[in-house]
Amino acid sequence: MSTAGANIAMQSPIAETARQPLLSVRGVKTYYGNIIALKGVDMDVHEGEIVTLIGANGAGKSTLMMTIFGNPRAREGTITYAGKDITQVPTHEIAQMSIAQSPEGRRIFPRMTVFENLQMGASINNFAHFDEDLERVCTLFPRLKERLQQRGGTLSGGEQQMLAIARALMSRPKLLLLDEPSLGLAPLIVKQIFDIIKELNEKDGMTIFLVEQNAYHALKLAHRGYVMVTGNITMSGTGKELLADPQVRAAYLEGGHH
Amino acid sequence: MNAPSITTTSSDVSATRGRIDWAAALKDSAKAALVMFGLSIPLLAYRTDQSGADLLLDPRWDLVAILCPIIFALRLAIHAFTATRAYRKAVPSPRQATEVVHAEPSAFQKVSRFGIPFFLGVALAFPFIVYVVQGGLNESRYWIDLGILILTYVMLGWGLNIVVGLAGLLDLGYVAFYAVGAYSYALLSTTFGWSFWICLPLAGILAAFWGIILGFPVLRLRGDYLAIVTLAFGEIIRLVLINWVELTNGGAGIASIPRATFFGIPFNSDEDGFAALFGLEYSPMHRIVFLYYLILILALLTNFVTMRLRRLPVGRAWEALREDEIACRSLGINTRNTKLTAFSIGAMFGGFAGSFFAVRQGFISPESFNFLESAIILAIVVMGGMGSQIGVAIAAIVLVGGPEILRNLTFLQAVFGEGFDPNEYRLLLFGAGMVAMMVWRPRGLISERQPSVILKERKAISGSLVKEGHG
Ligand SMILES: Nc1ncnc2c1ncn2[C@@H]1O[C@H](COP(=O)(O)OP(=O)(O)OP(=O)(O)O)[C@@H](O)[C@H]1O
Ligand SMILES: [Mg+2]
Repeated sequence: MSTAGANIAMQSPIAETARQPLLSVRGVKTYYGNIIALKGVDMDVHEGEIVTLIGANGAGKSTLMMTIFGNPRAREGTITYAGKDITQVPTHEIAQMSIAQSPEGRRIFPRMTVFENLQMGASINNFAHFDEDLERVCTLFPRLKERLQQRGGTLSGGEQQMLAIARALMSRPKLLLLDEPSLGLAPLIVKQIFDIIKELNEKDGMTIFLVEQNAYHALKLAHRGYVMVTGNITMSGTGKELLADPQVRAAYLEGGHH
Repeated sequence: MNAPSITTTSSDVSATRGRIDWAAALKDSAKAALVMFGLSIPLLAYRTDQSGADLLLDPRWDLVAILCPIIFALRLAIHAFTATRAYRKAVPSPRQATEVVHAEPSAFQKVSRFGIPFFLGVALAFPFIVYVVQGGLNESRYWIDLGILILTYVMLGWGLNIVVGLAGLLDLGYVAFYAVGAYSYALLSTTFGWSFWICLPLAGILAAFWGIILGFPVLRLRGDYLAIVTLAFGEIIRLVLINWVELTNGGAGIASIPRATFFGIPFNSDEDGFAALFGLEYSPMHRIVFLYYLILILALLTNFVTMRLRRLPVGRAWEALREDEIACRSLGINTRNTKLTAFSIGAMFGGFAGSFFAVRQGFISPESFNFLESAIILAIVVMGGMGSQIGVAIAAIVLVGGPEILRNLTFLQAVFGEGFDPNEYRLLLFGAGMVAMMVWRPRGLISERQPSVILKERKAISGSLVKEGHG
């Protein structure tokens, strides 16, 4: 694999849990003002894994993802990335440690063109591999290739979602955080997105932390999963285990997408 | 782990990098200057003066010393210009950039294709046009003064455009930096006797420095709050200028600021004055025309730097910051530093404009730097369309030139009575203009943002050339 910079050899992540995790969240509590949103979350993401986090609306999934990025900051607990405590590190410096995110609500730059949005994604590593990476994301998302010169705000919702993911990929992250990448997409495109996630993981060895409402797809794809209920992790296990769990089935899968 | 064969993109993407071979351009410019020097020895360096029976040789090495750098700069400018043009030619119209979206050329593209060369031509030829139309230098004074005034506001608008239009930081106290620039020049030149060309960069640096000092505490604020604090800073600077009498002479202002010189040659009727040196008949208008070209160059410099910066990562970060600050931060942009650069670079151009103002007026007082000035400059930026360079220029012409032009329409006096002076109704006209804008062009004259990179055709990234399996 040429492109995504991680270049991590394939491995069987679950068998190697003894290693130090790439990202570890310990006892993290996050508040919005006086309201507690995360009530002491523990979570690990190992190198080479796809880890998914599922949970009802308002459970605190997006909050956890943003807390990892230091915005809002965890009031208690520690977040460690690649052996370094990043709990108090400014957001932009965290982003420079080869973590990228495609946040909830996409947050693309609406008046800038698709191309410029992608340039923004590459500015962290100083455009070192810009041409290659551009080619790469254009292969992943041919829709974007056709629209490089279109303004971000005029893309359809699904295209904006693709752009948000593509922009995150432009920095060649080791760890990619995705918040509901399937939101608002047609079923066919959802499948494509999940295929892309899988490909990024398997071929490029990218570690992926995936927040999803689409529990069935996410758990099927993920090596491991966590279930969050009102600011607490209530369950964790391999994707298969969680998929088979009656409680999970009842809460997140019944009447679902399969 | 090999790269896929990269095909076409590299040239298209090179817009993100420098395109001029500076080393070669500098070498060539140095050569041109050397040729100029060689030629000047027989042609320029000595003037023969006949006094009675004697033939006197009058050395004019200062003239040579001035002209050689000018030739150097011009040659360099030509290089920069042709490189940019060659690049443009290599990059066809943005219409072909995508296969799916075939947009009509936008209003902006239409305006820019013909409008920009037209405006530039008119601006360059303006003194000559006026000279011909008015039939004499002295008769054109009013118009050239007006041109200078408008260009000053164009420059201020472009400077503020970096802060407000690009970085999206609403700054209501921009005039503070204009004042810093003006007082820097006035004080440095009156106390130390330094020339304009030394004081100009210093004034810019001082203004940028103040931009950083003021920006540091306030740039965590956003929107309305930032606007209020910058407004207060603008007022504080003015009050300091009024009250710090020992330094600034307070409300009485600073008078007899040294006038502009032509790179050291004064504009006077003396023997070593500009007119005598160039063999012209002395006219006070020489200085005015010189000032006109000076502010034109300063304004174009502002524009050039802004356009350059927009294509660099820092300029793109400014625009991204305007759109979404949180996204910027999670893309690794240090938002505080990015804002500070925008604020201080904007301030620097304000400082340049300020020192120009001082050298032109010869007298400055705090009253020149009141809130109304900030408001006018901001109105120019907002009317121009927040981020559009040409829009800002048009807005400056309309808002500054408009009332003046109205004054010259004598039929208005016939309608409204003899004593009608549109300048007194300036604010009313402002208001009316703003309301009209809100109705017809709520996002400014040129509301469309021009992409900083225009891609080449649709084969910019040719899917067929990418190997399967993505490398
Ligand atoms: N900026 C904020 N200020 C105050 N409360 C907030 C803020 N953002 C989120 N919350 C609250 O924190 C809780 C968790 O929100 P969060 O966005 O993390 O949920 P989520 O699990 O991502 O939900 P969804 O699946 O709907 O995206 C919610 O109760 C929400 O109302
Ligand atoms: Mg969410």
